[in-house]
Order: sequence, then structure tokens, then C-alpha cells
Amino acid sequence: MLNEEQAKRYVRHFVLKEIGVQGQKKLLNAKVLVIGAGGLGSPAVMYLAAAGVGTLGIADYDSVDVSNLQRQIIHTTDRVGMKKTLSARQAALAINPDMTVHVHDTWLTPENIMDIIGDYDFILDCTDRFETKFLINDACVLAGKPYSHAGVLGWGGQAMTYVPKKAPCLRCLLGEVPHHAQTCREAGVLGAAVGVLGSIQAMEAVKYLLGQGELLCGKVLTFDGLSMNMRVHNMTADPQCAVCGKDPVIRNLYDSREDYEIEPCEKKGDDR
Amino acid sequence: MVTINGNAVHATGKTVQQYLEENNYSLTRVAVELNGEIVPKTNYAETVLKDGDTVEVVGFVGGG
Repeated sequence: MLNEEQAKRYVRHFVLKEIGVQGQKKLLNAKVLVIGAGGLGSPAVMYLAAAGVGTLGIADYDSVDVSNLQRQIIHTTDRVGMKKTLSARQAALAINPDMTVHVHDTWLTPENIMDIIGDYDFILDCTDRFETKFLINDACVLAGKPYSHAGVLGWGGQAMTYVPKKAPCLRCLLGEVPHHAQTCREAGVLGAAVGVLGSIQAMEAVKYLLGQGELLCGKVLTFDGLSMNMRVHNMTADPQCAVCGKDPVIRNLYDSREDYEIEPCEKKGDDR
Repeated sequence: MVTINGNAVHATGKTVQQYLEENNYSLTRVAVELNGEIVPKTNYAETVLKDGDTVEVVGFVGGG
């Protein structure tokens, strides 16, 4: 049963035939992990909190820097220097105290990621490097966890959703990890662009939890805010994929450890 | 003509790699589907686009 406060708070959801009271209960009982409380993670955490996802995990290792605030709208000027996980939790609970927020204040590694993702129903990759995106991809494939991928740079980016056995994974599409790819620090990024992609990730999570609509499974959505072109590209799984293919060579995360390694000098930084 | 991301393109006879390089795609950050199947990166140089082929090309970015 929903309590009186919940009945008022989520009333706009009850009108949606895809949600209703039953769907709201699903959201309240769901556990979602957002990895990266930065540009993509900001709108994702805020919309998931507002929607009443009952348990949110927030993973990040970084602290809020003033150069983050141009796009990472979950953080505020007076929280510069605070751990991003704690800043994001404060913002999420300010929007909606009717939820539990777990913080994972750590750098993800092959050693710890399986334990961290294990408790969650759906995962959002809101990280800012291909090395970490592949770590999340491979961990989710091996653990059989659904997740939303997104990447952004400049004025746009891409999003796709992995559901075990139903969709290609990131490694199907890209093969090897693209090391030394441009970062937002080098190429710049517009806040509204991460807002679009992070909101799409939150929407994918909500649809997955409800079992409603069509996910970006076997599809990659690309968005360019400069031209306002948006396209959904159909993409198929690669039967030879190293992690989700018929005869995978990656059977645990230690097999592919070097794929996830980032130059130590790149780990620290004011802004990515 | 080859249909690439929904547009008719004069790319018949070119290899996938030629098309990607001419259009400034990074070969490490791109996914190519040709007539419904993913093209492995090792095949880009030898896969020749034919008249009537349907291709989807997605350039990935890694920021967040």
C-alpha cells in the first residue's frame, strides 16, 4: 500500500497507464545503481529520485570541483570540495526523502565491481572514460545485469541499453577498448547535452523496471545538439564477441584487467 | 548507391575503412553494421560496399 504522502507525490504517475499505482510500487521496490555522479549522473540521479525509485546507489570517487558545475547540476557552489557521492545523496534526498541512498565512494576495479553491482536491479553507466565503461560492460555481462550505457562529448553523444541475452553489449559493437579517447576536459561539453543523454538513461531505467515500452536494446541512439539530429541505429550482437559471444575469451574480469587500466596521471584531475 | 544511416550515398566500391576514413570516423570508436550484421574491425579494410547495401555507422564518444 502507498501511504498518503506517496499518493500525493506520485499522482502524475498514476495517470500514466504504463505506471499507475502498481507501477509506482515496482519503482518503490526497485534498486538502481548510478555509476558516476557527474554530467550524465546528475540528471539521472535527480530524475530517478523524483520518480520514487526506492533504493538508489551512487558510485563515484571524486570530489566536487567548481569546473564541474557548468553541467553537473546535482552539485552546488556551496558543496565544492565535498565528495560527489555525498553531495548527490544530499540533493536526491532533498528532492525525495522517501527513498534510501547508498553511497559507494570508491574507484571501481575488477576486484570490487562485482560486489557493488550485485545488489542492484539495473545499472546506469554515467562514467567518463571508455576504460571504465568497458569494466562496467564486462561486469554486467558476466553478472547477467541489465544496464544503460551512454557517452557524451561536445554537443551530443550516444546511448544504448544492454539486457542479458537480448541485446548486443558495448564490446560487440566496439571490439577493443578505445584507449586515449578524447575527454570532456580536452574537447569541452555542454551541460544540456549531458542533460539529454542522462535523462534518456533515467528513462530507460524506469521502462526496464516497469516492463513497459521499447528499450534501446539492439539499438544505439545518437544525438547531436548542434544539428539537432537524433537517430536510432539498429545494431546486432556479434557472435564472436569476447565477453558475450558464443565462445567468450573473457570469463572473469581478471582475464582482461589491462583493458580497464587508466594511466595513473589521468586518475587525478580537476575535471573530466 | 549505398544507404548509410538512412541516406543514399555514393560509396559503391569503397571499402568500409575508406568510407570511415574519408568521413573522419575514428576506427577504434566506431561500430559498423552491414546488412544487419556487425562488421568486425579486422574486416574493415577488405569489406567492399556494394550497390544496394544498407549500412549503419555509429561513432562513439566516451565522456560523461
